[in-house]
Amino acid sequence: MRIESPRESYGKKLAELGESHKDIVVLDADLSSSTKTQVFGKKFPERFFNMGISEQSMVATAAGMALSGKKAFVSTFAVFLMRTYEQIRQSVCYNNIDVKFVVTHAGITVGEDGATHQIVEDVGIMSGLPNMKVIVPSDSIETESVIQYLVEKTKTPYYVRLSREKFPVLNDDDYQFREGQNVVMKDGTDLTIFCNGAMVDFSLKAAEKLKELAIDTAVVNVSSIKPIDRKGIIDYARKTGHIVTAEEHSIYNGLGSRVAEVTAEEYPVIMQRVGMRDSFGKSGKGWELFDYFHMGVSDIVDAGLKVFREEKKYESIS
Amino acid sequence: MVDPQHLQHVESDRSNESLFNIAKQARTLIIDMVWSAKSGHPGGSLSIIDVLTYLYFNELHVDPSDPENPSRDRFVMSKGHASPALYSILSLRGFFPQELLKDFRKINSKLEGHVHRGVPGIETSTGSLGQGIGIAVGMALTAKLDKKDYRVFVVIGDGEIEEGSVWESFMAASKYALDNLTIILDLNKIQLDGFTKDVMPLPDIESRVRSFGLNVRKFNGHNFDEIRNAIEFAKHEKGKPTLLIADTVKGKGVSYMENNPKYHGSPPASQEEYDLAIKEIGASKYEN
Repeated sequence: MRIESPRESYGKKLAELGESHKDIVVLDADLSSSTKTQVFGKKFPERFFNMGISEQSMVATAAGMALSGKKAFVSTFAVFLMRTYEQIRQSVCYNNIDVKFVVTHAGITVGEDGATHQIVEDVGIMSGLPNMKVIVPSDSIETESVIQYLVEKTKTPYYVRLSREKFPVLNDDDYQFREGQNVVMKDGTDLTIFCNGAMVDFSLKAAEKLKELAIDTAVVNVSSIKPIDRKGIIDYARKTGHIVTAEEHSIYNGLGSRVAEVTAEEYPVIMQRVGMRDSFGKSGKGWELFDYFHMGVSDIVDAGLKVFREEKKYESIS
Repeated sequence: MVDPQHLQHVESDRSNESLFNIAKQARTLIIDMVWSAKSGHPGGSLSIIDVLTYLYFNELHVDPSDPENPSRDRFVMSKGHASPALYSILSLRGFFPQELLKDFRKINSKLEGHVHRGVPGIETSTGSLGQGIGIAVGMALTAKLDKKDYRVFVVIGDGEIEEGSVWESFMAASKYALDNLTIILDLNKIQLDGFTKDVMPLPDIESRVRSFGLNVRKFNGHNFDEIRNAIEFAKHEKGKPTLLIADTVKGKGVSYMENNPKYHGSPPASQEEYDLAIKEIGASKYEN
């Protein structure tokens, strides 16, 4: 399987789109070699602004540029963007302007840098903002498609969450991102795993193991967290009657919470959530940490089995 | 679209007395707005209204009939609580009917408690301190990038500069040599909880800001000759942004509000106070 880095795809795609879209400006806070915005910066130095380690100024400046007709891409590590929550809220979202936050190094795949750099709360923080849309791509191909979509079709605030690690390429080369629409990676009839980001690959592997245990499992990529595909979630809740969510994020206020909200309102289904459980991350190799925090392939399988065990419990009570 | 040539200094030769009389009308409107809303921020509106009057009636290339003309000068009120000052001056300048001011802070009004972009002539919403100056930096940077000659003016408060983000913006403005950016600091010496010197002392602002690479000049923010000279100074400086420190009096023009922290964020407390404010402003006369 091909392995590619979503952040490198971001940098490459942004630089490519910069040729035909002269209104793109890019701002970074001294991390452009890591976020890969330096690819754009080297190609279009006049439209690249290294604001130094001054994230608040970076976001407000981007807002001023968007208010003056530019399409502003803002990049840094996910954790450091969060210190500008209020700038994002008031200067960008309240004005409802064309600023795109494409952050890297989100979640525990940051690895060795440890807990201070591993944010697992950001999807919840950003999803709570009016006018903000939130996307968590599953691989490099989806990342490129998202960036193209943002450049060509949108003029409002977006938060795109990328990782440090390279991911297996899961989507076809002609894949096209569609906002607010789930992507069915694999169909199934007994159980649905709703997942995004790094967890899509894990979920596909878990589905194979569950198949061996006679549980026909669907895997649905919810890369568009906000807006969320309500119909796509309800359809699979009805079809399979059992749900697991898997995310490289806290189970609070992320994908698991959103899916639970949708099903609770429209079609309640027994479910289990896999993700960080109210804890900080820690140092270690990125992929090792998934097992450490009970978010690995076997943990997703266990969550799937638990859904059925819990169901039996409820049935015996009623 | 109106030809940019039409965005000229509409009243560039207004006399000081004429400016004084416009500011006097604006002061009355400010008091009426906060009195009608029974809330709002008169103190910091009254301290900056003379500077705003000068900018909107003698300096800014703006056109009320075409508020989004791309060639317009930009004005950002970073201290967004001074919304009564900006709303009143925009209505006097013809951006929207004065009638609307009556509904300030009320439901179904576009005149939000803090400066709101949905109002004609307003470039950005503000209210949380320390952000408008960064937005102004972005606007000035865009003018440079697009090789446009519009200018960007931003008013910040002396309480506001306690926000670290303001100093981040000073750094960025200096790095990018934004000589098309004029930052005006309303030095009225009072913030919500009291005098700035007690809440968070910041002595010698001039040399501190100068050390960040900005031109700095202090002037009397209630004297139109000094305001004019300061703005002209900023416009003619090349290669650096300019910070103009407007030495002002909080609550200027209403005796009981002057230098009184209570009126940072409170309207007249009684009908008597309201009547007195209106009477004092009405009786004020231009002096050389």
